[in-house]
Amino acid sequence: MTLARPFRALPAATPQILTFALVLFANWLVFPDFFDLRLQDGRLFGSLIDVLNRGAPVAILAIGMTLVIATKGVDLSVGAVMAIAGAVAATLAADGHSLPVIVLAALAVGLACGLWNGILVAVLDIQPIIATLILMVTGRGIAQLVTEGQIVTFTHEGLIAVAGASLLGLPMPVVIAFALAGLAAALVRFTALGLLIEAIGINRTAATYAGVDSRSVLIAAYAVSGLGAAVAGLIAASDIRGADANNAGLWLELDAILAVVVGGTSLFGGRFSILLSLVGAFVIQAMNTGILLSGYPPEMNLIVKATVIVLILIVQSPAASRMKTFLRPPESRR
Amino acid sequence: MNPRTLPLLATLGVFLLAYALCALQFPAMLSTRVVANLLTDNAFLGIVAVGMTFVILSGGIDLSVGSVIAFTGVFLAVTIRAGLDPVAGFILVLAITTAFGAVMGAMIHYLETPPFIVTLAGMFLARGVCFLMTTDSIPIDHPVYDTLTGLSWRIPSGGRLSLIGGVMVLVFIAGIVLAHRTRFGTAVYGLGGNRTSAELMGVPVARTTILIYALSSGLAGLAGIVFSLYTSAGYSLAATGVELDTIAAVVIGGTLLTGGVGTVAGTFLGVMIQGLIQTYVIFDGTLSSWWTKIVIGGLLFAFIVFQRGLVHMAARRREAARLATGMPVVSPAG
Repeated sequence: MTLARPFRALPAATPQILTFALVLFANWLVFPDFFDLRLQDGRLFGSLIDVLNRGAPVAILAIGMTLVIATKGVDLSVGAVMAIAGAVAATLAADGHSLPVIVLAALAVGLACGLWNGILVAVLDIQPIIATLILMVTGRGIAQLVTEGQIVTFTHEGLIAVAGASLLGLPMPVVIAFALAGLAAALVRFTALGLLIEAIGINRTAATYAGVDSRSVLIAAYAVSGLGAAVAGLIAASDIRGADANNAGLWLELDAILAVVVGGTSLFGGRFSILLSLVGAFVIQAMNTGILLSGYPPEMNLIVKATVIVLILIVQSPAASRMKTFLRPPESRR
Repeated sequence: MNPRTLPLLATLGVFLLAYALCALQFPAMLSTRVVANLLTDNAFLGIVAVGMTFVILSGGIDLSVGSVIAFTGVFLAVTIRAGLDPVAGFILVLAITTAFGAVMGAMIHYLETPPFIVTLAGMFLARGVCFLMTTDSIPIDHPVYDTLTGLSWRIPSGGRLSLIGGVMVLVFIAGIVLAHRTRFGTAVYGLGGNRTSAELMGVPVARTTILIYALSSGLAGLAGIVFSLYTSAGYSLAATGVELDTIAAVVIGGTLLTGGVGTVAGTFLGVMIQGLIQTYVIFDGTLSSWWTKIVIGGLLFAFIVFQRGLVHMAARRREAARLATGMPVVSPAG
């Protein structure tokens, strides 16, 4: 049982992996060169790599979002935190600071934002959707304050490398996303942390009475989400070599929530998988890329996303599971 | 004093104080022209906020309103360009948006899903349909529009109450009557106070939930009409983030986010406070518009913390009253 725990997610992962395969297959149908990969200057190129690279920021956001949603919360502020972290990084880069200083400063800002959200939710007992709404509204204003209302651009080699460099042939954002997801998944699955998060998501009062320090765990979940948003903000700033406080990470909080939902994490709290959220993020990006490749207007994206949410809601709803119980053959009913 | 009127009084106090401070610095702020413009410029926000008040009073949330406003504008622009009479367009678009809200309400009730994810799907869908109709900003040029925008009631001493400002005031009056003087209003308060109790007491939960979201989307449609009169154009990227401004206005207006407590009149003050901040930024001239966001975020935070304090105090008073009368503890199991 103890050994089986880390691998428990494997059979449950089938729908997500099938969906991913199906979307990739559809992409191959509309664009036969989809799976072509070529190695150039020690770096892989191709549509598949592009899906991973473009999907990396949402994948990183989805890691923290998974933990937050597993506690029955939600973090709406990640897009705004991306903008703040990007603004801080770009401003420091434009002033010529070294890469470690820039990265640490951006991470510190993300951590501070996450702690603020966590304290509002855990200590002041404000509903998560509203607590994080405050930072979502204010965040872009704060980012504008940092950049003094301008789009700050930079030519800092170190910071550009965050999104531009590659490791083992893979673009750096992909490497960062996989490394962070692996780290977070190991942390929650090989320690009791995952169990505690699930306990809080199922019933916070009961978990607290059972001796879980729910305050600290909740604050930690939001702090991880803030840190992830800072990393995603660094990548976004590095990608465009500048910080745009108005548009950096705009609506990405919704994509991150969608990735988590596609990954099968329950919105009612309690059941979660970080690695499947990662798959969810790449499913969304593969759909985006597919729509672009097939020549449909990119605006179709939103309608496809809405349809996906509705389908998942219907499948996940308590009404559907009652229907399943009802339709099951009598001998297997208990 | 009734503790339930305390949030409303606090909002009124903040509004009067803010207006007094503004008037001290810029005496011109007292002119009826500024007051009338305050009503006109915030007309669409006020109309959506009435619908959002009902949604939040029932313990829900509606994230789709901004997209519905954009959809209405684009729909009107496209159909009027194609030769449809604007009045027929108004009726058609109100029917479409109301039906859209009813479907969302039905999904929330019958699929037992959190309102925030259903309306998130609605937000994507409405915005996506906008983009499919057109990605350009289409001007509306029609004699009916000229007549409607030209209508205004001249207030003595120079101000002009435009038609759309008047529509907002009427919607607020209708909202106040609906909330406090009808069976539907009582049902909404009941649902937000305690869903199970309301259901046991005979509140038609399904019908009320569907009506609440139909009302919210229908009013968003009306706000879209007002917005298209205000801008004389339809643009698929219009009104992004209006859902957040609306939620902020409702909360600043003293409605508890947990549902069950609040007033439509308070929402009016919430909308006016936001408008006042914007007017101040314009009068000042040196401040950037993102200060509006930061101040609104700060106010939102202050009001939420204030509300938490009130709820906490009320709970302690009930506890003290229970101890004083020696009533037995009602255990859930018994």
